[in-house]
Amino acid sequence: MKRILRTSETHPLTWWLNEKEDVVWIKEYKKNGGYLAFEKALKTMQPVDIISIVQESGLKGRGGAGFPTGIKWSLMPKKSSFDVRYLLCNADEMEPGTYKDKFLMEKIPHQLIEGILISSLALNVSKSYIFLRCEYVQAERILKKAIFEATQYGYIGSNVLKSGLNFEIFLHSGAGRYICGEETALINSLEGKRANPKYKPPFPAYVGAWGKPTCINNVETLSNIPSIILHGTKWYKNLSKSIDSGTKMMGFSGKVKNPGLWELPFGITAREILEDYAGGMNNGLNLKAWQPGGASTELLTFKHIDLPMNFSTIQNAGSRLGTALAMAIDDTVNIVSLVRNIEEFFSRESCGWCTPCRDGLPWIVSILKSLEVHQGHENDMDILEELCCKLGPGKTFCAHAPGAVSPLKSAIKYFRSEFESGIKKTSIINISSI
Amino acid sequence: MLSKEEEIDILKSKSNYEDAQSSSIEALKIVQKSRGWVSKQAIREISKVLKIPESNLEEVATFYSQIFRKPVGRNIIRYCDSVVCYMYGCEDIKSCLENALNISIGGTTKDFRFTLLPICCLGNCDNAPTIMINDNTYSRLSLKQVVELLELYK
Ligand code: SF4
Ligand code: FES
Repeated sequence: MKRILRTSETHPLTWWLNEKEDVVWIKEYKKNGGYLAFEKALKTMQPVDIISIVQESGLKGRGGAGFPTGIKWSLMPKKSSFDVRYLLCNADEMEPGTYKDKFLMEKIPHQLIEGILISSLALNVSKSYIFLRCEYVQAERILKKAIFEATQYGYIGSNVLKSGLNFEIFLHSGAGRYICGEETALINSLEGKRANPKYKPPFPAYVGAWGKPTCINNVETLSNIPSIILHGTKWYKNLSKSIDSGTKMMGFSGKVKNPGLWELPFGITAREILEDYAGGMNNGLNLKAWQPGGASTELLTFKHIDLPMNFSTIQNAGSRLGTALAMAIDDTVNIVSLVRNIEEFFSRESCGWCTPCRDGLPWIVSILKSLEVHQGHENDMDILEELCCKLGPGKTFCAHAPGAVSPLKSAIKYFRSEFESGIKKTSIINISSI
Repeated sequence: MLSKEEEIDILKSKSNYEDAQSSSIEALKIVQKSRGWVSKQAIREISKVLKIPESNLEEVATFYSQIFRKPVGRNIIRYCDSVVCYMYGCEDIKSCLENALNISIGGTTKDFRFTLLPICCLGNCDNAPTIMINDNTYSRLSLKQVVELLELYK
């Protein structure tokens, strides 16, 4: 296994941590140059400069979709008549197989707070909310304390560092439901409503929380901002081994020797992560398939293991980079059962707003359950494939349903015979003999 | 009647948001924290404090999975049933807990000591399988350890 030496040049997100990975509180954070980026932005930069640096850096959203952050920011209305605006930090991490935002919040909370403050400055925001899932109790405790510390040091509050500007950060903890992670659903939930997604347009950049311009960014995305401001875009781009800039929290879970999470440059191959960092598969097990970044990403097989981890190559291979927290599926796992588990999750977490998703997902689950016990009907494969299509992109109100059928569709593509072997033998009726 | 503390906490949370409706989830959680669950009566009381219709609160309370609408046990066990924990045998953990407590998923023991609920990925996949009891997360559990853990909660 690789020994990891973290430096500020190579590991901008995690170099703050010591061997034991203790929480970096404000004293230590400041001692190592924390909040210098915010002071630099506050004293020497105009909002447009910050936006153009972030745009130039090539930073892409780390929540899963990979939309360029600078472009997202530039969509916020320029006119100052839109005086009230909000920044929402999406910390509703619930994608199965993902454990990176939790790590960043629990270990280096001030990096996130500094990122929020710089982003607030760029977007003319004075109030931001961190939307945290309620089960992250440890992260909640740590963030609360960190916000308190930052307020005491004068980074949060009124007339921050005598700039005449006010910054407030509120911690909002949710009450369950995966769909809150969808950005328009998140807004509804923050407003104390059911977390049903909203129709776009209007986009949140114009009509967001409480009807005001709103920008929503993921925890890891915001945590990247301070170092970009401090060290510049050229350095940031050079961190990566691929066209995507910077580093990414990546990991491997499943039956591997050393499951975990590491800050790695884009473009590192999945094999390097699996073998050098995660220590390879457990003894006696072989890799059968893997998901590159969360339960809603398409399965890939061992043939794809040498692919570099970046947005475009994984997409070209028929999957998505997603959250880049990969999961290994070993050869003892029955794919039908595994996909059944994933579809049960999506079915339970559907918000119920539109019919294909609300009714299609439980249907998929029931078919998979019967295939699992070899009681499938001969039409089942056709129905599954039809449902994959009917729940596909553009057919439902939000991306929940397309995300839900992605693993199923890819599993059928690579492991069709496992599904077919679940069809009850006697149900194949020979019409000509009747 | 809401207690004085509940009322103060609810009004305090209201000031974090732009309107009263936005603090409804927090208000429900405040009441649930002190009483374990949210009754119809509690909804009526919150609606008076926040000055929003009861139906608005009902709508929210029936949507979110972590707001409980019937009495629950003193200790809430949430076992992760998402995909990584699935590969690490969470279905065995589930049956083990069901047997040990003599209840099924969603159920509460007769003595109100435990309620058993599934939960989606707890962000602890590198330490699967994982369960949470109240605010405590437990990692890499064997079935034996799961049963032993129960003893810690009265
Ligand atoms: S696709 Fe599913 S989650 Fe999205 S709006 Fe429709 S029912 Fe809700
Ligand atoms: S799948 Fe169980 S903690 Fe992530």
